[in-house]
Amino acid sequence: KEMYQSLDFSPPSLSFPRESLKLHSRTENSSKAAFLDHSETLWMRSAAAWRDGGLTGLLNEITNSHPEVPKWLSMSSGCILALLQWVSSFHGSLFPHLTLSSEDMIAEFSQVLNWSDCVVRAFAWHPHTDKFAVALLDDSIKIYNPKSATTPTLKHRLQRNVAVVQWKPLCASALAVGCQNCLLVWHVDPCSLSTRPSAGCAHVLSHPGHAPVTSIAWSPSGSLLVSASPMDTAMMVWDVAAESCVPLQRVGGGGVTFLSWSPDGSHVLASTPSALFRVWETRMWTCERWPCIKGRCQSGCWSPDGSRLLFTVQDEAVIYSLTFTNTPGPHAAVVVADLSETTFSTPDGDIIVGGEIQSLAWDPRGERLAVLLKGDPRAADRSPIIAVFKTRVSPIFELLPCGFVQGEPGAEPRLMQFHPNFRHGALLTVCWSSGRITHVPFYFLSASIPRLGLSGSPTLPHVQERPADFANQSLFTEFIS
Amino acid sequence: MQEMSDRLLNNKAAASIAWAVLLLPPSTAIFVILSKFSVLHPIQTISECFSMLTSATAIFSFILLCGVIIMVGFLNFEYYTVIPTIACSKIALFGQLLHPRQLVNSLVHCIMGMIVAWCSAVTIGFRYETLGHPCAQTDGYHQMCLNEYHLILLLGGAFVGFSHSLLGVIHNMNYVSFHTVQQYKYLRFKGCLPLVVKCSATQALYSVRNFIVVYYFLGYIPRTWICKTLNLHLGSSAHPLDSIAGLLDLSLLYHLWISATFLLFTWYITLLLFRIFLTEHIHFRLNPTDHQILVLSFPKFQFLALQDLALLSQHSPLRRCEVFSLSQPGGHPHNWNAISKECLSLLADLTQRLVAYHDTVATNGRAKSLSSGSERKTSSETSGTLISQKWLSIPLTAPFTPDLDSPFMSPALRRLAAPVEQGSPWYGTVQSPHIMRRVKNFLAKRVLIVYLFNKLPEASSQALFADSQAHIWALEGLSYLVQASFSEDQFGVVQTTLPSILSCMLVLQEAVDRHFKLPHASSKPVRSTSSMGDSTYKTLRFALRATLKTAIYRITTTFGDHLNAVQLSAEHRKRLQQFLEYKE
Repeated sequence: KEMYQSLDFSPPSLSFPRESLKLHSRTENSSKAAFLDHSETLWMRSAAAWRDGGLTGLLNEITNSHPEVPKWLSMSSGCILALLQWVSSFHGSLFPHLTLSSEDMIAEFSQVLNWSDCVVRAFAWHPHTDKFAVALLDDSIKIYNPKSATTPTLKHRLQRNVAVVQWKPLCASALAVGCQNCLLVWHVDPCSLSTRPSAGCAHVLSHPGHAPVTSIAWSPSGSLLVSASPMDTAMMVWDVAAESCVPLQRVGGGGVTFLSWSPDGSHVLASTPSALFRVWETRMWTCERWPCIKGRCQSGCWSPDGSRLLFTVQDEAVIYSLTFTNTPGPHAAVVVADLSETTFSTPDGDIIVGGEIQSLAWDPRGERLAVLLKGDPRAADRSPIIAVFKTRVSPIFELLPCGFVQGEPGAEPRLMQFHPNFRHGALLTVCWSSGRITHVPFYFLSASIPRLGLSGSPTLPHVQERPADFANQSLFTEFIS
Repeated sequence: MQEMSDRLLNNKAAASIAWAVLLLPPSTAIFVILSKFSVLHPIQTISECFSMLTSATAIFSFILLCGVIIMVGFLNFEYYTVIPTIACSKIALFGQLLHPRQLVNSLVHCIMGMIVAWCSAVTIGFRYETLGHPCAQTDGYHQMCLNEYHLILLLGGAFVGFSHSLLGVIHNMNYVSFHTVQQYKYLRFKGCLPLVVKCSATQALYSVRNFIVVYYFLGYIPRTWICKTLNLHLGSSAHPLDSIAGLLDLSLLYHLWISATFLLFTWYITLLLFRIFLTEHIHFRLNPTDHQILVLSFPKFQFLALQDLALLSQHSPLRRCEVFSLSQPGGHPHNWNAISKECLSLLADLTQRLVAYHDTVATNGRAKSLSSGSERKTSSETSGTLISQKWLSIPLTAPFTPDLDSPFMSPALRRLAAPVEQGSPWYGTVQSPHIMRRVKNFLAKRVLIVYLFNKLPEASSQALFADSQAHIWALEGLSYLVQASFSEDQFGVVQTTLPSILSCMLVLQEAVDRHFKLPHASSKPVRSTSSMGDSTYKTLRFALRATLKTAIYRITTTFGDHLNAVQLSAEHRKRLQQFLEYKE
């Protein structure tokens, strides 16, 4: 702790109590009820319905206003509506996630645990400096910079239900925000003293059918941005400055939920809501299909050199690893860690740790891997916890248990990210359910025995390694471009 | 070198046309099925389509269609450009439309549209098949009557072809842009296909609507003309088609629309294939003589070379190694020198252009309001036009405005636009500011003139950055190479040019920043999504600005504090410090 403060860099620990946020008590659509009923002509209402609800809205309007329209018209529009609903329900039975509302969909596919109930909904370190952006429950984004007294707050009409934020690499000002209806790219001038940048500083990127955006990723060279929506089978590659996009469409999967660009820029992981994920190579944008055995790919992260991908599958308590080398031929994912439930005896009593994995984070040097375990909401003694592993990428891949990160009593970890350039080791930033953001440093010299600086975490008395029961289970790939 | 590049581009164009011809049979088959489809007799439709597709007329019309596709491909190749021509005012746009070259293009498209329409009329068969048909008159004997259904289809085809050619100019359809995302040709084609279908269907809908309006009012002119020249009679049986009752024929409208869609679809496919083939990445051999290509004043090829440079610097360590290598006898870094020199001169050229533009805009404003009489004499050489204040700025931005000497300009216009000579009788009148103002007011009231001569906002800014794709690649190529040189450059060849690269980029950065402070420069254009025209050129300046910043950051993050050892002027060092602290 002392060492931590004696260093030149001390990121602020923040707290956002839930009570301090002004929350929306109502949704946008229900504001209609506050106004007096005003009768408009059928044409006006139809036009408004077309504008607000598209074809379905128009048909609904015609069906419901039967005294004013001829009977055959209302009948036929009712029939078309029923047919459309039948078709969409059929589609929904193929891909059940399509029946979710936008908000539930973000919550389902977000890397944040319990996203809908989370005060801090998204967090992003700037890739080169010590500033970071925090998206809050009230749809605002705050930017903290230890070197500056001003804290800009970003608000925009279209910025609702922020699912993900990410800073553009090789740029001081651009922040991409994925939210319910569109993608926003803010330009926050680092020298400006304004605390409320105007909506004109944000560029709105939207494409029909591409909402809600649940994941975005900038290319490490800063030239391209990819975005994903579970509603859209195409993944969008944006040239942000030109505001143009190229949809990369592939059959199967029913959407794209999570994206991760490898640090060397050569590959992009794109998972789908089905038991299938793809790995795109970014030179000619072709992809490898990876069908999973059990569930969808929940989370993934890349080694610093981009040669190894660690990923987790929903409903499985293991971490898989995939290597990307130049040698062609079929390769398979192997299980590198088994995180099934294990009992640890601590001075405070036994605790049970393990189970399903919410998200993974690998520090930029490839020496620490943080795993956010979901826990079990029904069992009181099995709250979410972050497990930390020591890793080594070369010459051979190694993964050793290292410890746990726990918060204050009652606070659960919701979201975590490593600082992209912490000089003394690795710095894990954790957002808690209480609205606090804390930073957990790991001091080490590269490839040496680390000195742990875990705040309030039980030290691991005995390292327990289980032989992987999954060793004979592996995933196979098919090459499809 | 010139022949080699010509041959390469010719091959690409030929390949794209060949593919377009190969894709013609499936699209024709789909058209036949759609045009003959009847819900009540699906089996009969299929057998009819089959017998149709194997008949002699079908084969003849198919050969005609192939000819049309080859012609369209040839026109695409002849008229395409990688640097868009941007009209700065409405009058310039009219000038482009009335340019003889464009008139030829429109005429050829018109004729080709008619040929395609004839083919589709024959294919649809039924009442559209021939121009004349025998009809019984009241007095009993048979004579040939005009088949107006056939005529309206032919005229419709000609109209759609003509409007396609006009819209091509307005939407800059001949502009070929390069994508930032590289994809294989087949995948790119597959990805664009839905867009092409959508565009051709909607565009056909609009064109048919316009055609029907035109035919309703003016349809009798071609009809009577055809009747007179071919000695045909007007059939008296049905409604004439330029009446409301005649045009409200749903099946006729459907056939008009489907044949217009077919026409536009085949042409758009040809255009799309041409663009895909042309913008495909080519590997250039790296040796100093080859890099003379960059110098060639042949933008189409220069673009491909620069694209290759940007990609090699980013993706292939082997070829980067070649760039950093020394020549075997002598030990000179010829490759690196050629590349850096070429890129730097491109960037310096843009800087100069921006500075010159900024200066003219700045002095222009001052000369008009503040200058005394003696100063006006000197400035009258550049700004001595009469029309309106806004018109005054057109000659100043000469390289970006319409060519005033081109033959479409009337002599009167040319006189208005030309600088007033000292000896001319106009000279004295211009001197009096009083009359000058009165003339201006007089002309400003004429709405049409104002409409025609008003500068389109941000058009000059777009024109200034029209060829910026080249600069973007030059910036990317240089910055990636410099970044790679940190670990890969064994002989330190890049170090010698690092100061000039940095200062060139910083000067450009300053000029770009200053340009974006001008009115209209930073306003975002409206993007049209459902058009085959490529509007990338409208946002090139934003792309350039972003690329420039990223390029400087790429160098500063790679080298970090080592940059303090690089020789730079104090001003540039200060600016670089801003980048090192991430404050730009």
